[in-house]
Amino acid sequence: MRYLLTIYRLFLKELLILFRDKVMLLFIIYSFSVAIYIAAAESSTELNNAPIAFVDEDRSALSQRVIDSFYEPRFMAPKHISYDEIDKGMDSGIYTFVVIIPSGFEKTILKGESTEVQVNVDATRMLQAGIGSGYISAIIMQEVNTFFAKTVPPTPINLVTNYKYNPNLVSSWFGSINEVISNILMFSILIAGASLMREKEHGTIEHLLVMPLNSMEIMVAKILSTALVIMLGVVFALFVVVEIFLEVPISGSVALFLFTTFLVLFSTTSMGIFMGTITNSMPQFGMMLILVVLPLLMLSGGITPYESMPTVLQYVMYLSPTTHFMEAAQAILFRGAGLETVWKHLVAIFFIGLFFFAFALLSFKRSVESRS
Amino acid sequence: MNFVVKIEDVSHFYKKTKALDSVTLNIPSGSMVGFIGPDGVGKSTLLSIIAGVKKIQSGSVEVLGGDIKSALFRKKVSPRIAYMPQGLGKNLYMLLSVYENMEFFARVFGLDKSERKRRIDALLKSIGLYEFKDRAVGKLSGGMKQKLGLCCALIHDPDLLILDEPTTGVDPLSRREFWKLIAHIRESQKGVSVLIATAYMQEAEFFDHIIAVNDGKILSQGTPQELLNITNTDNIDSAFTQLLPKEESREYIDFLLPKKKEFQNSALAIEAVELTKKFGDFTAVENVSFQIAQGEIFGFLGSNGCGKTTTMKMLTGLLSPTHGTIKLFGQSIKKHSLEMRNDVGYMTQSFSLYNELSVKQNLILHAHLYRIKKSVIKEVVEKMLERFFIKQYEDSLALDLPLGIKQRLSLAVAVIHKPKMLILDEPTSGVDPISRDMFWKFLTDLSQNDGVTIFISTHFMNEGERCDRVSLMHQGRVLASDSPEAIARSKDKENLEEAFVEYLYEDMGKDESDDITISMDRSSHKKLATFFSPLRFFGYIYRESLELIRDPLRLVFALLGTVILMFVMGYGVSMDVEDLKYSVLDYDQSPRSREYVEHISGSIYFLEQESLISYADLDEKMKRGKIALAIEIPPNFGRDFAKGDGAEIGVWIDGTLAFRAETIKGYVEGLHYSYLESLLNTKASPLVEIETRYRYNQDFKSIYSMVPAVIPMLLVFIPSILMALSVVREKELGTIANFYATPVTKLEFLLGKQIPYVVISMISFLGLILLAVYVFKVPVAGSFITLFFAALLFVIATTGMGFLMSAFTKTQISALGGTAIATLLPTIAFSGLRDPVSSLEGVGAFIGNIFPATYFINISRGIFSKNIGFEGHHFDFIAIALSIVVISALSLMLLRKQER
Repeated sequence: MRYLLTIYRLFLKELLILFRDKVMLLFIIYSFSVAIYIAAAESSTELNNAPIAFVDEDRSALSQRVIDSFYEPRFMAPKHISYDEIDKGMDSGIYTFVVIIPSGFEKTILKGESTEVQVNVDATRMLQAGIGSGYISAIIMQEVNTFFAKTVPPTPINLVTNYKYNPNLVSSWFGSINEVISNILMFSILIAGASLMREKEHGTIEHLLVMPLNSMEIMVAKILSTALVIMLGVVFALFVVVEIFLEVPISGSVALFLFTTFLVLFSTTSMGIFMGTITNSMPQFGMMLILVVLPLLMLSGGITPYESMPTVLQYVMYLSPTTHFMEAAQAILFRGAGLETVWKHLVAIFFIGLFFFAFALLSFKRSVESRS
Repeated sequence: MNFVVKIEDVSHFYKKTKALDSVTLNIPSGSMVGFIGPDGVGKSTLLSIIAGVKKIQSGSVEVLGGDIKSALFRKKVSPRIAYMPQGLGKNLYMLLSVYENMEFFARVFGLDKSERKRRIDALLKSIGLYEFKDRAVGKLSGGMKQKLGLCCALIHDPDLLILDEPTTGVDPLSRREFWKLIAHIRESQKGVSVLIATAYMQEAEFFDHIIAVNDGKILSQGTPQELLNITNTDNIDSAFTQLLPKEESREYIDFLLPKKKEFQNSALAIEAVELTKKFGDFTAVENVSFQIAQGEIFGFLGSNGCGKTTTMKMLTGLLSPTHGTIKLFGQSIKKHSLEMRNDVGYMTQSFSLYNELSVKQNLILHAHLYRIKKSVIKEVVEKMLERFFIKQYEDSLALDLPLGIKQRLSLAVAVIHKPKMLILDEPTSGVDPISRDMFWKFLTDLSQNDGVTIFISTHFMNEGERCDRVSLMHQGRVLASDSPEAIARSKDKENLEEAFVEYLYEDMGKDESDDITISMDRSSHKKLATFFSPLRFFGYIYRESLELIRDPLRLVFALLGTVILMFVMGYGVSMDVEDLKYSVLDYDQSPRSREYVEHISGSIYFLEQESLISYADLDEKMKRGKIALAIEIPPNFGRDFAKGDGAEIGVWIDGTLAFRAETIKGYVEGLHYSYLESLLNTKASPLVEIETRYRYNQDFKSIYSMVPAVIPMLLVFIPSILMALSVVREKELGTIANFYATPVTKLEFLLGKQIPYVVISMISFLGLILLAVYVFKVPVAGSFITLFFAALLFVIATTGMGFLMSAFTKTQISALGGTAIATLLPTIAFSGLRDPVSSLEGVGAFIGNIFPATYFINISRGIFSKNIGFEGHHFDFIAIALSIVVISALSLMLLRKQER
C-alpha cells in the first residue's frame, strides 16, 4: 500500500514535469497526428507521374493509340524519342521506362501473328519500376486487344483472386498503422530514457534516492507515466486520425490492441531507462537512441516483409518485443484476430519485458552507485 | 588619468531580464580593478562586453582606445586582450592535455613552432605545471585548471587581462598562488591592466580599484579605502552590504556568531572510520575519519574536487565506501535502509529540485515522498513557506527563482520531514553575502532550537568560522580537524584561511619561499594575418581531431554509426517478395487438383506449409500471419474441368501489405498460366508479347537498388548530426568563448571544424563501400575514383548542413533531434530515393531540386549500377558544388563572432 502511494506520487510528478516540457509535448502531438497522416499518404505504392518515353518505329494508328493510352497522373505525358536517345535518357535517369514499338507492329498484328514490344525499365528505381512495368504490360495488352476487337478466349480454369483484410489494396492502411506502431516504440524509449537523463543531469535523482524510496518505485513511476502519455496518443491516433481522417476500417478489437500496447510499453520503457543508465549525457543518449531505435523499427517487420529477411536475423529479431508487437498488432487490427490467436506473442512480449525490466533495474542501481 | 575602458550608457537584456541598466563607467588603465557583487548582478555580462565577446545591445564601449563595436577594430585589438570566462577551466578543452591546450592557444595567436615551444615550456615551468604537461585537463584540480587558464591567456602577452571569477571554488593556497602570479605579471610587464570579477569580497581589499555592482547597476567605485570610508565599515563584505539600497538590506540583521556549545558528552550523530572511496585508479577520498556530536554544526572545508561531495554521498548512502564504516546515530549504515533516510535531510551541490514544478509543488511532493500524514501536509508546507520567507514565491516555478531563494527552498525541502541531521553540500556557493547570512541564521536556528546536527561543506573560509568544528580537506585527505579557533591557534594565525594555507604548505612539503616567477616576453613576434592564417586554421583542425579521437562514444557513432545502419538496412530492408508461406485447401482431392498443387509448389518464391483442413483453418492461419497466401480448390474441381464447365480456383491473399499482395498476385497468375500452357501443350500465343528488360539490375533484386541509395542517405544523416553536435557542444560547454575572444576568423573556424568531420565521414564512406562490395556483393560498375570525389563533395555539403543547423540550436540534444529530422525527411521523401524527383510536384519537387542528396543519389546510382563516368554527371557535380557554396555562405552569414 505504501509502495503504491509512493509510486502514485512519483507518477503524478512525472506527468506534471512532462506537461511542462512544451517542446516534447508538441513533438508527441505532431507525431501522433500530422505525422501519421503524412506517413499514410507517403506509404502509397500507387504509381505517380512515372516518366515514360516511346521509340515508335511503326508510326501506325495502333502504335499511336498505344502511346496515347498513357496519361497523367500515373504516367507523365509520354515523350517520343529516337532509338539512339535511349541509353542517354535512361543513363541520366530522365526516363524510368522506355517502350520500343517495332516497325511493322500494326501489320503483324492485323495478320494475326504475334509480335513483340520491348519495355526497358530502370531497375535502380525499384518501387516505380516494379509497379510500373506491370501497368505498362496490362495497358498495352488491353489496347491491342480492343483494337483487334478480339475477346479473350475462355480459359479452362478460372482464377478468382481475393485480397483478405484489405480488398482494394489500399496501401495507406498499413502505412498509418505502421506509423502508429513506430511512434509507440520511439516515444516510449525516448520519454522514459530522457526523463531519467534529465534527473541525472539536474541531480534530482540523488534527491529521490536519499528519500525513503527505492529504485523500483522510481522506475515503475516512470514506466507508468510514459505509458499513460503514449496510450493517450495511441487512442487519439487510432480513433481520430486513422479511423476518421484516413478512413481506415479497424476490424479487430481495439481493447486487445491497447492491452498489447501496454505490455510492450513495459519493455520498451525499460529499454529506455536502461539506455539512460548507461549513457552520461543527453547527447550520448540521443546518439544511442538513433543507433538502437532505427534498426529496431526497420527490422521488426513494419517496413519490409518479415519473411524476406535472412533466417538468422529473423531468429535474432524474435528476441525483440517490437517484432512480436508488430505481428500481434497487424493480426489484431487488420485481420481481426482475437486473444486466442495472438496469445503467444503476448506471452513473449511479457517475458521479454520482464527481462528488460530486471536488467534495467539492476543497471539503474549500479549507475547511481558509480556516479562520482 | 588614462582610461583603458570607457563605458557609456550600456544596457543589456536577456529576454525580459535586465542584466545591465545603463551603466556608465571609466576604468583607469595600468591597474588592478575588481568588480564585486553576488552572482547574477551583471558582472560577467559587463566583462564579456568589454572583452568584445558579447554583442553590445545599447550604449558604447571604448577599449584600448577604439570602439569595440567595430568588427574591424575587434580583429585588430583581440591579440592585445586576454579573456578568461567564469567557471573552472571553462574555456579549456578537458580531453586535451595541458600542453595541447597551450599549443592550441599559441597557434591561434600566431606563434610559430620554435617560439611556441619556448613560450609554453617557460610559462608552464613558471607556474609549476610543467611536470603535468601530458595530463588531460579534465583530470587537473580546480586550482591547476585556473592557473593553466591564466597561462593560456598570457601566451600572447596581452595588454588587457579580463578574468571572470578566477578563484571561485579554488583552495586557499592555489588562490594565494594565483594572486601572486597576477602580481608578478603586473611587475614584469608594466602597464598591463587587469579586470577581475570576484565573489570573495575579502580578496578585493588588495585591488587598486573596486567597482561594486548590484542589480545591473554600479553602486559605487573607488579604492578599497575610499569604499570603507564612505560606508564607515572595516571590511569590504560589510561595506558592500551598506552600499545596497535600503529596501534590500532591510532583511539584513548583523549576524552575530552564536555562542559555541560544548559537545564533549553528547551522543554521536555521525561516526566515520577510515573512509576510503576509489573510482578505478583514482582515490577520491582517503582514510577520512570523524565524529560529529548531535546538535553540532560541522564544516567540511576544501576546494572543488577535493572529495567533499564524495564523502557526503557516502554519508547519505548514495555511494558505498571502498573501505571504512559509517555509523549514523549509533547504527551502521546499510544500503537502502529506508527508516534511516527519514532522519536525514540532504541538499545537493547544485540546486537540484524540480525546475518544472512550483515552489509549493516541490514542497508537497517531498512531503508526500517522506510520507508525512496527508492531514498535516498542508499545514507543514504552509509552515515551511513562512519559516523560510518564501510564501510570496509559492506559485512561481523553481526555474524562475533567484539563486538565493532557490537555496532557501532547497533547505525547506531538506528539513520538511524534521530530520535529525542535515547534510548540506556547498549550499551557499554563488549567493550574495546577505542571502548567505540569512541562510546561516536558519542553520543556527535549526541547530540550536531543533537540535539538528548539521554537516556542511563549503569553500568559503569565513563560513568555516561559523561552524562548531571543521575539517580541512585537501586531495581526498583530512589535514586537520578541530574548532576553527583551535586550528587557527595551532598555526599561530589570525584566521582559518591563513591556517589552512599553512597546512597546505606543510602537506606539500614546501613553504612560501618556493616562489613563482613569471616571465613576460614582449619580443615574441606574432604573425597577424587578418583574413586567413594557415596556422590558426591548422590549430583548429588539430584540436578538433584530437577531441574527436578521445571521445569514444562520438567516435564510434561517427565511424560505426553509418556502417551499422547500412548493415541493418542492407540485410533487413528488402523489397524482394520471396519465401512466401502458403497453404492449400484442397476440397477436391482429385488427381487433377493434386497436379495443380504440385505445379504451384514448384515455384521458387513459395514455401508450402501444412495443408489446410477447412475454411476456418485458412482464416485462422492467415490471421496469425502464418501464411500469406492460400489456394482453395473447390469440390468437384476435377469433374468440372473434365466437363469444361467453368472450373474455378480460389486464391486468398493477405492484403495487409499492399505491394506484397500485388506481387503475390503476379506470381500466382504467372504460375497459373504456365500450368494452363503445359496443360494445353500449345503455346497460347497472345498477339503482343511484352519483353521487359530490367536495365542496370537484371535480376530485379532490391539490394542492387538499395545500396546505392542508402549510402547517400547515411552520408547525409550522420555527418550532419556530428557536425551540428560539435559546434553546439562548444556553445554548451563554453569553449566557444575562444572563438569569440581570439583572432580566429569565421572561415578558419568553419573549415577547421569541418575538415576533421569530412575526413572521418570519408573513412566511413570507405567502410560503406567495402560493406557493399564484399558483404552485400553489390559491385561498383563505374569508376570508384569518380564516386570517391563525388562523395567527398557531398560530405562537405552535408557537414556544412550540420554547421548551418547549429546556428539555430542551443543545446546538443536539440541539435541532434533537429538535424536528424531536417535531413532525414527530405532525403527519404524528396530526393529520389523512392520516386524520381521528376515525378514529384509542388513543395516536394522544389525541395528535391535544391537538396544536394538528390544529385548524389543520381551519381551513386549512375556509378554503382549504370557504369556512367564523370562525363554523364557534369550537372550533378556542379549542383553539389553549388550547394557547398550556398551552404557555406549561409553558414558564415549566420555564424556570430560575438555572443548575443
